[in-house]
Amino acid sequence: MGDFVVTLLTGLSSAAALFLVASGLSIIFGVTRIVNFAHGSFYMLGAYIGVTTVQSIGGGAVGFWVAILLAAVLVGLIGVAMEVLLLRRIYRAPELFQLIATFGVILVIQDVTLWIWGSEDLVGPRAPGFTGAVTILGQRLPEYDLVLIAVSPLVLAGLWLLFNRTRWGTLVRAATLDRQMVSALGVNQRWLFTGVLFLGSALAGLGGAIQLPKGGADLLMDFNIIAAAFVVVVVGGMGSIGGAFLAAILIGLLQTFGIQIFPNSTLILMFLVMAVVLIFRPWGLLGRPEIPGHGVVEAPEAPLRPAGRSLRIGGALAMAFLLLLPVAHLIAPSLVGDFSLVLTIEILIFVLFAVALHFIMGPGGMVSFGHAAFFGGGAYGAALLVKFADAPMEIAFWAAPAGAALLAILFGWFCVRLTGVYFAMLTLAFAQIAWSIVFQWGEVTGGDDGILGTWPSDWASSRVAYYYLTVGFTVAGILAMRRILFAPFGYTLRAGRDSPLRAAAIGIDLKRHQWIAFTISGAFAGLAGALFVYSKGSVFPTSMEIARSFDALLMVLLGGVHSLTGPIVGATALTWLNDLFSELSYWRFLLGATIIALVLLLPDGLAGLGDSWAGRRLGLASPGSESGAGPGSGSGAGDREAPA
Amino acid sequence: MTASAPPPVLEARDLHTYYGGAHILADLSFVLNDGEVVVLLGRNGAGKTTTMKSVMGLVRMRAGTVHLEGADITGEEPHVIARAGMGYVPEDRRIFGDLTVMENLEVGRQPPRPGAPAWTPERLFGMFPNLAEMRSRPAGRMSGGEQQMLTVARTLMGNPKVLLLDEPSEGLAPVIVDQMAATIQALKAEGLSILLSEQNLHFATAVSDRAYIVEKGRIRYEGTMDALAADAEVRNTYLTV
Amino acid sequence: MTALLEVSGLSKAFGGVRAVQDVSFAIEPGELLALIGPNGAGKTTCFNMLMGQIRPDRGAIRLKGRDIAGLPPHRIWRLGVGRTFQITATFSSMTVRENVQMALISHKNASRRLWRPAAGTETAQAEALLERVGMAEQGDRACSVLAYGDLKRVELAIALANDPDLLLMDEPTAGMAPRERIELMSLADEIVAERRIGVLFTEHDMDVVFAHAHRIMVLNRGQLIAEGAPSAVRANEQVREIYLGSSVEAGAASGEGAS
Repeated sequence: MGDFVVTLLTGLSSAAALFLVASGLSIIFGVTRIVNFAHGSFYMLGAYIGVTTVQSIGGGAVGFWVAILLAAVLVGLIGVAMEVLLLRRIYRAPELFQLIATFGVILVIQDVTLWIWGSEDLVGPRAPGFTGAVTILGQRLPEYDLVLIAVSPLVLAGLWLLFNRTRWGTLVRAATLDRQMVSALGVNQRWLFTGVLFLGSALAGLGGAIQLPKGGADLLMDFNIIAAAFVVVVVGGMGSIGGAFLAAILIGLLQTFGIQIFPNSTLILMFLVMAVVLIFRPWGLLGRPEIPGHGVVEAPEAPLRPAGRSLRIGGALAMAFLLLLPVAHLIAPSLVGDFSLVLTIEILIFVLFAVALHFIMGPGGMVSFGHAAFFGGGAYGAALLVKFADAPMEIAFWAAPAGAALLAILFGWFCVRLTGVYFAMLTLAFAQIAWSIVFQWGEVTGGDDGILGTWPSDWASSRVAYYYLTVGFTVAGILAMRRILFAPFGYTLRAGRDSPLRAAAIGIDLKRHQWIAFTISGAFAGLAGALFVYSKGSVFPTSMEIARSFDALLMVLLGGVHSLTGPIVGATALTWLNDLFSELSYWRFLLGATIIALVLLLPDGLAGLGDSWAGRRLGLASPGSESGAGPGSGSGAGDREAPA
Repeated sequence: MTASAPPPVLEARDLHTYYGGAHILADLSFVLNDGEVVVLLGRNGAGKTTTMKSVMGLVRMRAGTVHLEGADITGEEPHVIARAGMGYVPEDRRIFGDLTVMENLEVGRQPPRPGAPAWTPERLFGMFPNLAEMRSRPAGRMSGGEQQMLTVARTLMGNPKVLLLDEPSEGLAPVIVDQMAATIQALKAEGLSILLSEQNLHFATAVSDRAYIVEKGRIRYEGTMDALAADAEVRNTYLTV
Repeated sequence: MTALLEVSGLSKAFGGVRAVQDVSFAIEPGELLALIGPNGAGKTTCFNMLMGQIRPDRGAIRLKGRDIAGLPPHRIWRLGVGRTFQITATFSSMTVRENVQMALISHKNASRRLWRPAAGTETAQAEALLERVGMAEQGDRACSVLAYGDLKRVELAIALANDPDLLLMDEPTAGMAPRERIELMSLADEIVAERRIGVLFTEHDMDVVFAHAHRIMVLNRGQLIAEGAPSAVRANEQVREIYLGSSVEAGAASGEGAS
């Protein structure tokens, strides 16, 4: 009995940080429509800054709490800085593009934190007055846990009062529903946005600082909490603070009880609970279907056309380059070194991965934040066959996409029930679960040590042979996906993206098509994973981590969602950049800064330039077309973004 | 045409607006005099909504100027234009469905304009008695006609000088359309200047002083409602019933 | 003999508010039935239940004798029910012809084909349908650049692709100029007569309703309060009071002038 009560209380206390981060994420998304990937970084900053402020002023009982609050305020101000310096300049860009910017911020914060506080994990200071433990039914519980238990309901009540009893809160709720209309009623959006960024970021900072006495600070906190926060938001319901509260408690309890009952399967439990919730309540416990916001409306995509002359010529040139590169390497090894083949193999693998992601993102309109699950799924599928069945490469190569497809069938069944950002967050949560399984299940997967010794068969073991193998699979994969997009299935997928309502009204079972597309995409991502594992000779959990998913997302978004060649360009550019920077000590900072600079310089995206050109060629500029392209069409479709 | 002494309360000159490559408004100009009700007539896609949104700052114009009571508001942001005295009632209502009637009104509240009595919820409930009975009802659970009244009331809370009404009769039951016409006349009596866009000639005739006919983003005709009623040729060309 | 569509005792409540209450009616092949009523009377809820977007709380919806209540929209379509929307819903990234081809592909159960290009499939039939609604010349244009009235025609062509027995049209002329309204409804009239399709439509334009409906139903606060021939409904005192108002005279006059 005592065990039970103490475990219960421990679970409640661990929910505090989760609730603070998730509610901040929800608030920021509600108004700005930006999924702030950097929210986990704000949590991490809260912890690190908290260590410093407590050291400076936190000696006494009052000083400690002042220091914690100060850390929250400072993180809030960092959020404001991000809004003023970065987000404000790109509110008019397509929403997804803004994700890239916050991803750049993650990278920058990672390296800045490393630079300021070093790579050692920091032990959190203890809270004066709460250093002991209380005895409950014969079991000891740290006093500080009781403090944490009190925090969530207090913050929840404060937020409720703020949103329901103040004009500012009313305006924020209105802006969450239709921010353009709010500005047309005379409210300065900038003020709202800045305020919301402050509030949301400060909550994350508070979460990071307040858990210090329990957890300390380390450099992995950002990605660890963001995945859990996404699960909380999905389970609780996007935009619902009360839902986040309930879900945080649920997940917190699950984790503490789970560790006692199934020490190695806590994450599986979390997955099961999330699955059950979503089967019965697809929008989360207290959430509602996504509001198609009056946000930025992107220009309608141009109809699909068979490859034109320039694309054919470009493709032929690229193909010729790929085929001749090893020849050049054999003739002049000093000019075209072994490394150029290695780099090209890596680029090709990520091109295939990015094209697979684009397959569902562009034509399917399904944005996955967790596609590394399938890339890594393929990689591990192949490696496990080698490890346990001693399978030759020829078999493992087919098993990888098959395994990834099975994984996609399982995950997809849940994911396609949702749309938009719900879908995206759920994919991330699933990917994180897959990662955790690989990471935790050491006996099978080797855990952090990975699986070694996955080398190609003899015939493909030379660098040049494996290079050609990679070229073959990548090009075949790209052409196959392209072919599918031009077939009725691809058209149906786009139809569902353009108008789910109309698709259903012409007899299309959209969810089923999306599920199939998700599976196809997963299979090709798995193929890319297999190519990867044999090119490296080993596989580690990093092939499944969030950063890998985000990389793929970045490739697609930078290249351009609306173009079939976009992901190829994006993957090539980003892999090359990654490689360029990877030698340097603060490469994350450089990459992040480059991404931010790109976003600021090209707010319409790399492909935006090409799109408008293509649009003109296709006669989109015909006069009197207001009804389709502009506000005449009614509903949200024509509502352009107000100058923010 | 324009009276020379007082400047028009709203004057738009040579507006050009594009969406992507599509030229939606071309060289569009109009004036709205103090206390007048003027209608933009034209079919769907003619550019009426875009005209309103351009004036309100909700879409970027490529060229042209807009003056409100003599002050240049060209290129200003929507909230600045709203505070300068422009009230905008969109065609698709866009009420805040989760917010109560009172909260919707609160979002619209802006300081009163000097020299004019401020709109308060109580005063608005006098004009829209239905709303008074559902102060704390979420707006999303009101009927379409009630929502339409709420959007007008919400905009009035900003104490505008000029009201932009985008297709106020569209999609409403005939009885509600009658109420809307009465409301417009009452607001005119309160001293508001009103620019509305309409396809419903019958409704437009009942409430307006003058009309502009818009087609393909250009003004094709300008005249009083009486002149329009007398000009069968124009009606046949642009507004065929 | 069973009617084409037979609705009985249809009811739906949202959070205690009774949106539709015990509504019953029937449609015969070739009949144009109008559903009118004040905003919020339950017309859209009624429509969405017929099309499967909302599951009714109670009541039966029989299509050619088969109960379709609660089936998802895509299955109801396969049983022969076409639909047009109040705000046009087309595939904006496709051409006019591709939009119609999509519906035909779906009709032929070919939407899961992964290999043969879609471009060449069902072209002739798509052309024929576009010809029928007067959009043949614009087949290659992107739907996103069409004028609103033309989009409505495309929607009609899409709705005809599965040779429906029943057509549901939600405010078919909303947002159109008077001349376009007449043209579209005349086209619908012709097609309905040719193919013996039953049509249920909602509409706020009384000119359109009185000129084209064979029969009219009036919904108020979720209940049917009148049903019958246009002349009878127009004369109904209760209908005049809660819905038609004073504009009926002017509306009816111009409606008769036009038709």
